[in-house]
Amino acid sequence: MEEVLEKYNATKIEDVKVWFKAASVNDFPVDGGACVKYKDKQIAVFNFARIGKWYACQNVCPHKMEMVLSRGMIGDDKGVPKVACPLHKKTFSLENGENLNGDMDAIATYPVKIEEENVYIGFSD
Amino acid sequence: MKKIIVVGNGMVGYKFCEKFVAQDTSKDFEITVFGEEPRPAYDRVHLSEYFENQNAEALEMAPRSWYKANGIELITSERVSDINRASKTIKTAKDREFSYDYLIMATGSSPFVPPIKGVEKEGVFVYRTIEDLEGMLAYAAKLNKEKPNARAAVLGGGLLGLEAGKAVLDMGLEPHIVEFAPKLMPRQLDSRSSQVLKLKLESIGLNIHLSKATNQILGDGKITGMEFGEDDRLDVDMLIVSAGIRPRDELAKACGLEVGVRGGIVVDNTMKTSDKNIYAIGEIALYNHMIYGLVAPGYDMAEVAVKQILGETNVVMPADIDMSTKLKLIGVDVASFGEPFMPADKGHSIIFENKTQYLYKRINVSHDGKKLLGGILVGDASDYSMLHQIYLNGMKIPEDPAQLILPAADGNAAFGDVMDLPDEAQVCSCESVTKGQICEAIESGEANDLASVVSCTKAGTGCGGCKPMVKDLTDATLKSLGIEVKDSICEHFDLNRQELYDIIQVKGYRTFNEVIDNHGKGCGCELCKPLIASLMATIHADTANKEYAIQDSNDRFLANIQRNGTYSVVPRVPGGEITPDKLIALGEIAKKYDLYTKITGGVRVDLFGATLNQLPLIWKDLISHGFESGHAYGKSLRTVKTCVGSTWCRYGMDESVSFGIELENRYRGIRAPHKIKGGVSGCIRECAEARGKDFGLIAVEGGWNLYVGGNGGATPRHAELLAEQIDNETVIKYLDRYLMFYMRTAKPLQRTAAWQERLEGGMEYLKEVIIDDKLGIATDLEKEMQTLVNRFECEWTQAINNPEMMKRFSHFVNSKEEDDNLVFVPIREQKMPEPWN
Repeated sequence: MEEVLEKYNATKIEDVKVWFKAASVNDFPVDGGACVKYKDKQIAVFNFARIGKWYACQNVCPHKMEMVLSRGMIGDDKGVPKVACPLHKKTFSLENGENLNGDMDAIATYPVKIEEENVYIGFSD
Repeated sequence: MKKIIVVGNGMVGYKFCEKFVAQDTSKDFEITVFGEEPRPAYDRVHLSEYFENQNAEALEMAPRSWYKANGIELITSERVSDINRASKTIKTAKDREFSYDYLIMATGSSPFVPPIKGVEKEGVFVYRTIEDLEGMLAYAAKLNKEKPNARAAVLGGGLLGLEAGKAVLDMGLEPHIVEFAPKLMPRQLDSRSSQVLKLKLESIGLNIHLSKATNQILGDGKITGMEFGEDDRLDVDMLIVSAGIRPRDELAKACGLEVGVRGGIVVDNTMKTSDKNIYAIGEIALYNHMIYGLVAPGYDMAEVAVKQILGETNVVMPADIDMSTKLKLIGVDVASFGEPFMPADKGHSIIFENKTQYLYKRINVSHDGKKLLGGILVGDASDYSMLHQIYLNGMKIPEDPAQLILPAADGNAAFGDVMDLPDEAQVCSCESVTKGQICEAIESGEANDLASVVSCTKAGTGCGGCKPMVKDLTDATLKSLGIEVKDSICEHFDLNRQELYDIIQVKGYRTFNEVIDNHGKGCGCELCKPLIASLMATIHADTANKEYAIQDSNDRFLANIQRNGTYSVVPRVPGGEITPDKLIALGEIAKKYDLYTKITGGVRVDLFGATLNQLPLIWKDLISHGFESGHAYGKSLRTVKTCVGSTWCRYGMDESVSFGIELENRYRGIRAPHKIKGGVSGCIRECAEARGKDFGLIAVEGGWNLYVGGNGGATPRHAELLAEQIDNETVIKYLDRYLMFYMRTAKPLQRTAAWQERLEGGMEYLKEVIIDDKLGIATDLEKEMQTLVNRFECEWTQAINNPEMMKRFSHFVNSKEEDDNLVFVPIREQKMPEPWN
């Protein structure tokens, strides 16, 4: 199952080759997330309305390899924006993907930009 | 640089390495470890967990990378075949040669297979390694396919044999335990406790055969049965032998080390063998003429060997080794400590036995009544840690020692406070952590909560049995330092649930942001968001659809998220009464969406495997047949279970079904600190198990008896009597008050049982509030409940009728496709998610 993870590599903004137009900002719940399909990838995108920011990460939780992170609840851990997996409440930083309550590998995060009410996710491939 | 070779990479071999590299003086040594199994050391004590999740990694003591990071060379799948003591070298089965300065023998033991005729037949297994387990799983899978109701026997009713019995249950075979002795766990239990354990195990489906000597294994090539006497046979398709262990001392014998008559390498209290450069530790070491088959003494031996090699020669094994054990066998607590079997000349035994609850407790007390010498606990070992400490430290016991095991009448434990323990009291025996070390970690500022105590002392990381005591100690120490153990809900709010309840009610807040902007900080989290959602629901009767992004996952999607991220749907079936037409509708809907279907323990039909996209479609179908949401996902009323009652039952005293339906419909949808279940039984036969529920009614002559605060959860508890012989109207009045009082004052995720237990004044106080209206709030409580009842709305219907709300229920926002990661496998003509690995 772990090969699922190999599809997802953290992408920095300077490495972005493709800005994928995912959906309208209105398709995402306020202070919540939804899942976007890009090629064979599932990307969780979060509308952090409280601080006016957007984040994206892999949808698969590395704990048990289920495609569920987009359905997780978001919040912050000492100021670091995070998402909690709905299955076992493992929490991950949305800034750098770090596992905040354990020692799992970090999840992949992706840059997000908003243009004309549309949400774009940055990929290097 | 000096070389150490460790032969054997089991739990004790690993512990040697761990303890060795933790010493500052260990840098001058190079360690090589040989294991003949293919994987690094794993936790054999919890081997049976492998049957539940088949995750070998979860059992690992440390990953391969740990050995590397600590400069230890780990060589697996390679057996050491020869020791040359003169040249201080070893040879492996692959004919490689290595030299050593110190050799650590940690070869452990192997399962003993008695010389029974036919024991070599196909289908006979031993229970020791992950490979053994994999062999069994494959064989069981084949049996399950070929033969319905296949049976497997376990030879040996000791500790490990009973674990193997659980494994058989988990593999879906009919389990039989065959024991030679007239009792189970003959080393740990006396006959009476063994009898109680037997009854309990039988109640969960194990077949137990005692005093059976197996003459031969029957079958042509593969096992078909066991023969005990001429006309005494048991047909079985598989056999797991768990008849004890034998030390793996063949290497030691071959190189001339001194071994015992019945095996095991002879060691002194420094763990040295007859060769001063060779140490033996764990189940291979014969110390005091005994092999100790427990992990804790093995770990102590590892510690002694480490210290000896590093020159701390004053560290030796104690003369007496504590053989106390506590474990959970197939969900049954079993513990024995000190001297479990009492020779009459040493003292008296006090025994408490209740076979109806599968409980047995025995303590052995010195003649003068001052000392606790040992004991046995079966069924409930929650007092084990404290009893064990009293025994180990020779602490004073109450004047009436029976108080130590009798349920206390006033709810106060007979024991003193954990803080009364002496500093040297060993709290965690697996990791040898004392009370002093735990307190010191907190007092020095190194640790400030339970998690940090565990990570810096390692207490509780072995078998975990001491965790409750570690928590009590941590809390008490923090308190003694004047650090308030706050019950504030999370880092975003300095308030507890009760305070937030009052604030939201008084200020009338309607959104999460209003609450956090005015009374908290930051953005909130997975703890405070659902809590505030629940409070607002209780106060304003909002459904979970109102602000769905702050709801817990299940409330957000109005269904229960399951193992693979799909959902189960549970329509309400009030009181468990259902028409044939509705039952057919459920079947048809389940078929249409290919849902795994199961009748739950709470008189419901549970439909599993729905994807996010399917949820609204399924609800539409269900709603069109007159169903509504069963709120099985929420911290809300789940079911009111009923028996059949006086309409059909020849014993029924009252109409439990009608009343159960009325109550379920009354309280459906209300949201509480935790889930709530009810039960209504038509007579004292209690077929609805009403006393195992948060509220329960039993029909008696002259009305209903109302019980509150029971549950069947992790810590099962019978409900307590609140009122007797009351009519329907009074039941509702009291229940309104009781539930509302609970919803207003309980802590987050605190069930009624725990809430009630911590109410100051206990049941008497509760009666005064609910029945006598001592606080003068009864009318308010009733009114609040009535508001919630009046505002009920089915959340499913609400969601499917609102296009904006429906946006939630698609897997992707930019595609109609479903999750392509889902894999289902068949199980008994239905499906289930692929097991986690």
